[in-house]
Order: sequence, then C-alpha cells, then structure tokens
Amino acid sequence: MAASKLWLQWARPWRRALRAVAGLTGGLLAASSGRALTLPEDSAEALFHMYKGGGLTASGPAVLVRKSLADKVSLSGSYYVDSVSSASVDVITTASPYKEKRTEYGFGADYVYRDSQITLSGSNSKEPDYTANSMGLDIAQEVFGGMTTIGLGYTRGADKVGQKGIGFFDNAKHWQYRFGITQILSPRWIASANFEAISDSGYLGSPYRVARVFGAAIPERVPRTRSSRALKFRTSHDLGSRNAVHAEYRYFWDTWAIKAHTAELGYSRYFGDLWLADAFLRFYSQKHALFYSDNAAAESLYISRNRQLSTFNSIGLGGKVSYTWKRVPGKYEIKANGAYELVQYKFKDYTDIRSGGTYSLNANVLQLSITATF
Amino acid sequence: MSLQTKPVAVTRRVMLGAALAACASIALPAVTPAMVAPDFTLRTMSGPNLRLQEQRGQVVLVNFWATWCGPCRQEIPHLNRLYDKYRTSGFQLLGVNIDDDARAATELATRLGVKFPVLLDTDKKASRLYDMSAMPATVVIDRDGRVRYVHRGYRDGFEKTYEQQIRELLKE
Amino acid sequence: MNACRILNSARGMAALVLISTLAGCANVEPWVKPYERERLADPIMKTSGGALADKHREHVREVREASRGANGVQGGGCGCK
Repeated sequence: MAASKLWLQWARPWRRALRAVAGLTGGLLAASSGRALTLPEDSAEALFHMYKGGGLTASGPAVLVRKSLADKVSLSGSYYVDSVSSASVDVITTASPYKEKRTEYGFGADYVYRDSQITLSGSNSKEPDYTANSMGLDIAQEVFGGMTTIGLGYTRGADKVGQKGIGFFDNAKHWQYRFGITQILSPRWIASANFEAISDSGYLGSPYRVARVFGAAIPERVPRTRSSRALKFRTSHDLGSRNAVHAEYRYFWDTWAIKAHTAELGYSRYFGDLWLADAFLRFYSQKHALFYSDNAAAESLYISRNRQLSTFNSIGLGGKVSYTWKRVPGKYEIKANGAYELVQYKFKDYTDIRSGGTYSLNANVLQLSITATF
Repeated sequence: MSLQTKPVAVTRRVMLGAALAACASIALPAVTPAMVAPDFTLRTMSGPNLRLQEQRGQVVLVNFWATWCGPCRQEIPHLNRLYDKYRTSGFQLLGVNIDDDARAATELATRLGVKFPVLLDTDKKASRLYDMSAMPATVVIDRDGRVRYVHRGYRDGFEKTYEQQIRELLKE
Repeated sequence: MNACRILNSARGMAALVLISTLAGCANVEPWVKPYERERLADPIMKTSGGALADKHREHVREVREASRGANGVQGGGCGCK
C-alpha cells in the first residue's frame, strides 16, 4: 500500500508533464503553417493467423477494410477471430484441456487537418468469460518542416471478467497514455522514441489459475492495481541497394517489480520488382513480479504462479515474404504475404512439474495474408 | 514545497511552449510571387530537352511531382484536364518529376495517360532551385516569366483554384 | 526535504537545457527537403507487415510476456501534403 502511495507521488510530475505536452501540442496545432499530412490509403486486408506452442494453438481469420470519404476522413473496420485450443502445461497440470473462441470488432476514423492527424479508435472483444471494450484517441502533429512528428495518444478500456459456470463476477479498467517523437535524421535514416504508461485497476488475475504455496495448490491472489511504463527506441536505415536495416530496443518497468528488456534487429530487401523479404531476430528477457513464486515457502498477501510473470527469456527468429501479385501504378496494388517466426522460451523460475526441471517451450507463429491498396 | 514550485513550473511550461512554437515556424521560401521564375533546362520523357525560358509569352504552370507521393498521383488527372482545355489558348503545363528512377516516372505517366510534357529532374537541380517546401508543389508563371502564384501540397478543390488563376493570367 | 529540493533543481536544470537547445533550433533549417524523401517513403523503411499482422503479432507477445506498450507507429513516410 505504501509502495503505491510513493509511486503516485513519483508519478505526479509525469502526469503534469503529459498535461503540459498536451497543452503544447494544442498550441502547435493553432500555429500550424497551413500544410498537412495525408490520409491513409484505402485498403483491404485478409489474414489467417496461427500460434502454436507449448500445447496451445490459437488461430483464426481476420479482415480489415479502410475507405476514405470525401478526401477528409478515412474510416476502417476490422473483424478478428481467435480460436484457442489449449492443452498447455499449466492447463494440463491444474485443469483440463479446453477450446474457446474470441471475437473482436474494431473501428477507426482518421481525420487530417493541416499539420495534424486525429485518429479515433475503438474495439470490442468477446469470449464466453471475458469481454473487453476500449476507446482511443491519437493525435499526430508534424513540425519542423515535416521532419519531426509528435504523437500523443490515450486509450481507455473497460473489461468484464467472468468464470465458466458462474458468469461475470468482476471488472477491470485500463488507462493508456502514449507519447512519441519520430525524427527524420537524413534522406535515408529515420528514428523514433515512444513512451507509454499503462494503468490497470480491478480484477487482474485469472479465476482458473492456481498458485503453489508449500506445495499445495491455492487460487492465485493478484493485486488490484498495476502501473507500468515502457520506453522504446526504434530506427530504420536505408542501405542504398534496395535494402534496409532496422533496430529497436524497449525497456519496461512496472509497480509489480517486473523489469523487461526487448531488443530486435531486422533486415529488409527487395528481390526483383515483385518480391520483398524481411528477416528479424528478437531477444526478450524479464524479471519476475514481486509476488510471483513457483512454490512459495511463506504466506503473502499476493501470490501467483502465472508463467507470464516469471523470470524468463526468449529468442525469436522470423522471416516475412511479400509478393506483389497485381500492380497498376496509381490505381491499385495487391500483395500476398507470408510470415513465420520460431520463438524459444526458457523459464528460469517456473518448473514443469511433470519433469521436475525448469520449463521451456518452442512456439511457432504463422501469418498468411493478402493486402490490397487502392 | 509544492506551493513554491507552482509559479516556476508555469513559467517553465510557457517558455518550453514558446521554444517549440519557434521551431514550428515556416522556413522562408526560395520562390515568391513577383520574382522572375528561375530558369532550368531538363530532359523530357520523350527525349529532347525543354527550357523554361522558351515558354515566355505563354502562361506556364510548373508542377513538381513524384511517383511515391499519393497526392501527386491524385492531382495528375486534374492537370491533364486543364492542359487539354487551355493548351490552344497560350497555356503550357510542365510536370517536373523528381524520382530517382526515371523509369518509374515514365511508367506511371504513361499509365495515367499524361499528355503534358514530363520533365525528368533526377538530380534535383530544378527542385533545389525552386526549393519547394512541400510535395507536390505548383508554381503559376505569367507570360512575362514572373511567378504569380505558389501552391504547396494538393487537396481536393485545388484544381479549381488553378483554373481560376490560369484564366485570369490568360486574359492579361 | 533536501532530496526534494535537489530533484526539483535537477528537473529545473534539465528543462532549462532543453529550452536553450530548442530555442537554438529556431535557427536550424530542416535539412531534409520534401523532394529528398523518396527513400523514406518506401515501404521497405516500415517494419509493418500490414495492420492486421501487426495486431496479431502484438497480441501474441502481450499474452505471453508481462511487458506491453510503447509500440507507437514510426511515422515519417513521404511527407506529402
């Protein structure tokens, strides 16, 4: 409790700073030099996605359509389905395999006025025991001759948490504050910095998950508030022979004492007129949450054995291929894309009780899609 | 402690705002109305060179565009229409393309059925001369070779303004 | 109390440094012209694989990892108006 009070004290200048920047951007909007960003292109996308790893398979289709009206507003709508079939280690050792379907609808409206772009977005996600709704507002402002883009964003989410056989019994609320700067450094080099603060309040655990205390299984107890911060630096550089290199690093920290590092390197290259290939390597490591324990040796107010909150690292290696199937310059373009990633997770303080050793898993992520812009 | 910092914090915020606003200020353009349009000679898509000064006596609209710029592509059919309508009345329209790859420009221009001369400025000579602060950029030049109107960017309805200005200059 | 004052002045110092740097930037001209942005407008400079694919990838990561956020779009592109 004292920790969260101290945290709020520390966070106050951040909140003040955010309000200050919001005020500044308003000032910039008023002083804009009469130029403008462009609306996103009209497009349509169809995707088949699949995640398979550690006994869990989640796959499904997704569709997105984007259309501009009167060259002023660009509207988009999306439909996304996730069919989950889980026989993962925690499900198998503490419960029984299950199948579930999650459906998500999203909408967006982009409005461009002079130097700024305003985006309103919303989403609704439904599964039998969890519904999540969110609304977001993003503002992007071009300054300094168009070389710098400043972005601000806010998203508010409200979820209803339920349990099979019981119904909805609790809720969770989320607030996200985003700030980003993108800077063009040279005709071939662009870099950006993004900061995001996320706060959650309400039921943040899972009614199905159990923790282990003195070897016995008890329902997990998770704090009802969480505040996190993430800072990401990203850069892309064109190498001159129709190829480019990308690098990014993100540092994450929150009030649950989790600290995580993410680093990613990517390389993209054109092959001929019609093919584009990407390869990327991603390193991830995190330190466990304060109340996480594989097998607690003492009673504490909060306890969880959620793998997601443990100490682990992962390495992912992936590739993407894009083929321009039909292109009429100035009219439309249709591309077929495929992406595959292999991720290896190594948990440091989560034991697989079937084998006794620390748990590790390999996951496969596959994405097949057709994208069209017109 | 918080009472002491309040006025200082406000002043700091105001100064920060002023500094950022100063950054957002407009850069002075190289080409302004009433000055003589800088001369340039560029190769056309069809082969021979074309010089701006040779167009004296005609009303000229110079449009800087690129294949990678969405609004540029949107504008071209409108420019085509204007060229068709007024070319016999002493109007010339020059499309200066600034792509690194002239082939892409030629391909797109042919696809869109461009009738006006397309000049290729791959080494950005003319672009630097005119130093336009936006893409696309349009300069309307009168019969005496003087810049009369400068347009930055393209949005729906700009072509009506172009037509108005062309008619006005043709009457002179 | 002492610690608060130090932090305060550190923040004040940082703000002053930032202001003087930015005030200086009013004299700096944008060094990449709109007609030089062809390479930046190329899709190869984006790490995005399509809006849906990005959303899926982000979702997969958020479900398995404790960290989230700061995935803002790296804008820039063609800078056309």
